[in-house]
Amino acid sequence: MDWDAVVLSLRLAAATTVVLLLTGIPLAAWLAYSRRRWTVVVEAVVALPLVLPPTVLGFYLLVALGNRSPIGRWWIELTGSPLVFTFNGLLIASVLHSLPFAVQPLMASFAGVDRRLLEASTVLGRTWPATIVKVVLPLSRAGLVTAVVLTFAHTIGEFGVVLMVGGNIPGQTRTVAISIYDSVQAFDHATAARTSFVLLLFSLVVLVATYTINRRGRPAWPRP
Amino acid sequence: MVAIAGCGAPGDPDEETQTVAVAAAADLKFALDEIINAFEAEHDGWQISVSYGSSGNFVQQIRNGAPFDVYLSADITLAEALADGGFADPADVFGYATGRLVVWAADGSPADPTAGVSGLVKDDVKTVAIANPQHAPYGQAAEAAMRTAGVLEELKGKLVLGENIAQAAEFAQTGNADAGIIALSLALSPGLRDVGAFSEVPLDDFPRLNQGGVVLSRASESAHIFADFLTSPAGQEILSRYGFSPPDGEG
Repeated sequence: MDWDAVVLSLRLAAATTVVLLLTGIPLAAWLAYSRRRWTVVVEAVVALPLVLPPTVLGFYLLVALGNRSPIGRWWIELTGSPLVFTFNGLLIASVLHSLPFAVQPLMASFAGVDRRLLEASTVLGRTWPATIVKVVLPLSRAGLVTAVVLTFAHTIGEFGVVLMVGGNIPGQTRTVAISIYDSVQAFDHATAARTSFVLLLFSLVVLVATYTINRRGRPAWPRP
Repeated sequence: MVAIAGCGAPGDPDEETQTVAVAAAADLKFALDEIINAFEAEHDGWQISVSYGSSGNFVQQIRNGAPFDVYLSADITLAEALADGGFADPADVFGYATGRLVVWAADGSPADPTAGVSGLVKDDVKTVAIANPQHAPYGQAAEAAMRTAGVLEELKGKLVLGENIAQAAEFAQTGNADAGIIALSLALSPGLRDVGAFSEVPLDDFPRLNQGGVVLSRASESAHIFADFLTSPAGQEILSRYGFSPPDGEG
């Protein structure tokens, strides 16, 4: 099994999850509570990665972040290394690709919080950010868990975007999903089967754990 | 979690370590793996990391900044194009092999690979795998071979396209395609040689697959040393065992 690829995927998924929590919580809060007309458009943009083929997103990212684009050139001037085909490029791609998997569960549970509690908090003099941290987040545990788990798992399993923006470079951008694809092309079905099975088990365990946590108040494993 | 994300790639404490990143045409998969083993055995502490794929796709990636040191193409004109584009010194372009094409079919397939390209026209052959001619030189060669045999129009409806030649071979090997027009180097590889049969497509039936590479401008001296190994007798011996003819040879 390609352990380099496993470690890389875990790093990428962890970093993506951290970035998406930091950016996704304010974004989801704004979408859940704002009454402005434009939220609908933003909501649609956030959901785009769900319906876009990963190659479309990958293509746009390759063009937008590539060395000939303004962003790519700016990044090279800043850091001396290109953005595409590096871990940083993959991270940006993964954050965009997994955006709805973080924002949508957060939005749903934020919207479910009793508005009277929010109003009480504001009336008692808390700022909006403080209200989100002290009132909304503690009441949105299920949404938080779902967002973290889905983001992490979705990033681990990502293929199309990673292949286009990452370029399959061992130890740098070859994730588990790409490593399986490589094994199949090398006629190494045994390795492909082993790695696939590990990913399947991982996904199952992760989902069972999430559903267990989310059964608040009810027994996780009810007797028949 | 931030700490995990922040840590760098695992580094070798050995300061002699030289790493060379290679982008290689998919037909090199097995030959190059062996060449790298031989090279690393000779050069202690060196690390050659290789990505296999379609030659045309690699050109796109390198143009967009992919961090490769050496590009090994199935078609030397693509390496020359990169040099013309300013990504390498034209003097650093080199030929390393001539690629050969075969018709391959798995044991038990309805296709009879010994009948050559025109044998694929018969009705029980439903699918024929080739590499995507849009960006893979072996796909273009397969298309040319079908055109020479006068069967391109008849076979068009049967073609399934692999992203690169290794994927086309994989389609044929698993029986998902009844036959494949693939690289001889893959037909001779461990995964295919014992589970099917093949016949070579005459070299005159398609434009010569002059396989060439180039050391890219960003590379250090170590990349040149590795590239030189490919054209050295030791490298050429391994390439010939995998069905490559010498560069610019008469085949």
